[in-house]
Amino acid sequence: MSVSVRIPTILRAYTGGVPEVTAEPGTLREVIGHLDASYPGIGGRLLDDSGRLRRFVNVYVDEEDVRFADGLDTPVPAGAQISVIPAVAGG
Amino acid sequence: MTTQTAGSRAPEAPRLGNATGLSCRECGNTFPLGPHYACEECFGPLEVCYDFPRLTRADIESGPHSIWRYAPLLPVPRDIASRPTTEPGYTRLVRADGLAAELGMRRLWIKDDSGNPTHSFKDRVVAVALAAATEMGFKVLACPSTGNLANAVAAAAARAGIRSVVMVPANLEEQKILTTAVYGGTFVTVDGTYDDVNRLASELAGEHEDWAFVNVNVRPYYAEGSKTLGFEIAEQLGWRLPDQVVVPIASGAQLVKIDKGFTELAGLGLVEDKPWRVFGAQATGCAPVSAAFANGWDVVRPVRPSTIAKSLAIGNPADGPYVLDVVRRTGGAVEDVSDAEIVDSIKLLARTQGIFGETAGGVTVGVLRKLLAAGQLDPDAETVIINSGDGLKTLDAVQPAVSVPAAIKPTLTAFQAAGFDGAGVA
Repeated sequence: MSVSVRIPTILRAYTGGVPEVTAEPGTLREVIGHLDASYPGIGGRLLDDSGRLRRFVNVYVDEEDVRFADGLDTPVPAGAQISVIPAVAGG
Repeated sequence: MTTQTAGSRAPEAPRLGNATGLSCRECGNTFPLGPHYACEECFGPLEVCYDFPRLTRADIESGPHSIWRYAPLLPVPRDIASRPTTEPGYTRLVRADGLAAELGMRRLWIKDDSGNPTHSFKDRVVAVALAAATEMGFKVLACPSTGNLANAVAAAAARAGIRSVVMVPANLEEQKILTTAVYGGTFVTVDGTYDDVNRLASELAGEHEDWAFVNVNVRPYYAEGSKTLGFEIAEQLGWRLPDQVVVPIASGAQLVKIDKGFTELAGLGLVEDKPWRVFGAQATGCAPVSAAFANGWDVVRPVRPSTIAKSLAIGNPADGPYVLDVVRRTGGAVEDVSDAEIVDSIKLLARTQGIFGETAGGVTVGVLRKLLAAGQLDPDAETVIINSGDGLKTLDAVQPAVSVPAAIKPTLTAFQAAGFDGAGVA
């Protein structure tokens, strides 16, 4: 069983306009690696040059903001849903 | 890109006055004016760029008594003053001698934004967002909100005759719930925190291409509205910049934009350029920016809010890093105060100045007091604080702390017996 990933509008150019894609389970870092293999370039939009999550990207595994969990080491089990959301909203 | 769909419905590039484009605050990438809000390269927030004309004080002074007197400095159409808007702004700047005396300050002013049409500074940002959204072809005005923005969006949409979709955490103050529902738009209460509502709004913005979430997909334009607080403070001081300003922090955009407003006025030669210091105020129950400042961090770690200052209860503030930049650049500070200090400060402001601020105002006055006590804020320097909203919207916060005496019979004897004509009776 795979995990599903909600793709934000500004990254849908990488997925051919598809708003939700699937990837293999693992840690969040591994899932992003799988995504980048399927949709080349998308990883570089989420991670900076030193491999850290960009500071204006929010990633949720199910309901949990990964910054409250283990960041890129957060486990993403089979059946989980990941949401990627620009962190420039609100207030 | 699908992000351009709404914009592509407009016949040509949106006519937004002297605004010329958008640039990423992180990596500097540039984008044309349109419904973009995050950088396609790095997810950084986008900022409106302008080509300002020569502008005089007289040009501005001859304008309307609203934020539209500064229309040449905002991303709005040139005829904005003749369109149906709530005409916010130009609120009073109150010389606060009573509060200054209590705190041992020489000259203190309160920018009292409770005087806006829906009683908070949010009318400023919403008016700019509505103008830009209309130009870009959006059909619905929407927002996630902690309450004040909900009021402002529902009212502005009603005035403009368009649909609104407003989403708030279900546990908001009843006053803010009622003062949103009365305008009759689509009103969604969500079982969750503001940050949960915000996330839902971000996801909805990707699904509804003709919905303008004012603080999501048109946020670059929306946030510019807070510059008018800086413009008005300077104009109302007689075209001078203050030495110090204390601003409440929710997302942090208001603080950053007041600083930007001062910078633009100085750059245009409308005020004499001089140093100013910017201070930020948070509630201890939601103080991610204050914690980052205290710890010397460049990033803001999100928190789960728990405070009576619900209008400031954003645990993951989008402009947090930029607040840190502004405060450090200007030699200011960020501080936070407890819920008890907030209530006490609301009462202090009311007692000394006759101004009933909402909890955010209590946060600001409380932090002013704390910074003075710590020697971080100069009591002899001219200082402006922001009262961003009206105490009538947060009655729950003060109810336990304000005593209402029992009723008396309508007789002189009863009045005297209750002690009301004695000296020193409160």
